Amino acid sequence: MKRARILLDGTVHAAVEEEGLLRLSDGRLIAPEAVDWLPPVEPRTVFALGLNYADHAKELAFKAPETPLVFLKGPNTIAGHRASTRRPADATFMHYECELAVVIGRTARDVPRDRAYEVVAGYSVANDYAIRDYLENYYRPNLRVKNRDGCTPLGPWLVDAADVPDPMNLSLRTLVNGRVTQEGSTRDMIFDVPHLIAYLSSIMTLSPGDVILTGTPEGLADVVPGDTVTTEIEGIGSLVNHIVAG
Amino acid sequence: MQTSSPQGMVYGVILNDRPTLDRLGPALSQPPYNAPPKAPILYIKPYNTHAGAAVRLPRGAERVEVAATLGLVIGRDATALDEATAMDAVAGLRPILDVSLPNPSVYRPPVRERCFDGSCPMGGTLPYAAVAGLEALTLRTLVNGTVVAERSLSDLVRPPARLLAEVTGFMTLRAGDILHLGIALNGPQAGAGDRVRLEIDGFAPLDIAIEDAAAEGETP
Repeated sequence: MKRARILLDGTVHAAVEEEGLLRLSDGRLIAPEAVDWLPPVEPRTVFALGLNYADHAKELAFKAPETPLVFLKGPNTIAGHRASTRRPADATFMHYECELAVVIGRTARDVPRDRAYEVVAGYSVANDYAIRDYLENYYRPNLRVKNRDGCTPLGPWLVDAADVPDPMNLSLRTLVNGRVTQEGSTRDMIFDVPHLIAYLSSIMTLSPGDVILTGTPEGLADVVPGDTVTTEIEGIGSLVNHIVAG
Repeated sequence: MQTSSPQGMVYGVILNDRPTLDRLGPALSQPPYNAPPKAPILYIKPYNTHAGAAVRLPRGAERVEVAATLGLVIGRDATALDEATAMDAVAGLRPILDVSLPNPSVYRPPVRERCFDGSCPMGGTLPYAAVAGLEALTLRTLVNGTVVAERSLSDLVRPPARLLAEVTGFMTLRAGDILHLGIALNGPQAGAGDRVRLEIDGFAPLDIAIEDAAAEGETP
């Protein structure tokens, strides 16, 4: 099942996808264009991975890391499907990152890799924008690059884990104004989903609502106000975002 | 202004005290850093770290660092604050002991080092208006009754209002979030069985006990 949280006529509703439409929990069937989309979960702790695809690490002139490069994000940076994201006036390089988002469904500590999928509630699509002008080599990637307001769209759906039999073999791509600029497959992750869950849960307790953004493949490009950026993952969803001046 | 906002995120700050910057000095211009920091450097203490009286060592660790600081408890959503009025967004002040695994490098985000369960013990909150002379406060860290570190908040590179203005210039702090004023790096350490206390004049002391790691396979 594909689940969404939407805003309609001033009210937040839970909804599920039904033949391209939204079935609200009150029974109404609504066109997706008629609603405002909220992130499909209200995330608790948000983890993100840097350099988790070998081709992307090479693109950034880094060798692949030996342990996962993990950073955290705050709730201020999460936005929904079809949101507008601001590009600062002084930025010269702002790029998208299409990423598979893993939503944790159970409290989890010291989960072995072969049981990691048991703690996954489902999957979504994230676009983890970065503004490279603000990179500094302290706690890199620093929050000024990666934790800006509304710079991490998430959605449209939370797809139940049971409906994603092989999350490690999904094609993903980004389109800017309809032109494909980034293509890859989740099979090329350096640290796959079970590895990431095992690693993080060996450090700390994971909780329902925690979200892991699993990194992005190569194909970075600058985006500017007026651009429509669509990040999509096979079977998970197509997440639309608009760049505006800010 | 006092609010009953739910506990939000805790944002930590490094390299905001002159002693640490002076001590690291030329190293900040060498690889991997290559240049001294320009904007505030933040890290996140997520929900699993927010805790009270006891901190369990991560498995395999014998020592942890205990870094004293004071948190600004945000009273209303705050974006792009002006330095002149930034403190209006602060509802309270809260002592914090940031517990971490020692690591001399601050190149990569400190998830392994600073995000283990219970690693952000916090004391009671005082209303901001009840505390006079924030920048003259002294923070004393004691391990088993002996003072091991003492710092005055007069050592700040960015005083509270300026730090708030610069941080909210690139991200919103929400009501209930905490932004701390920064920790000194590579400070005192403690191990299992030690009792650590943070004393700040006017605040109730924050007392924590460092406990042994959970055994392999044990549910913490």
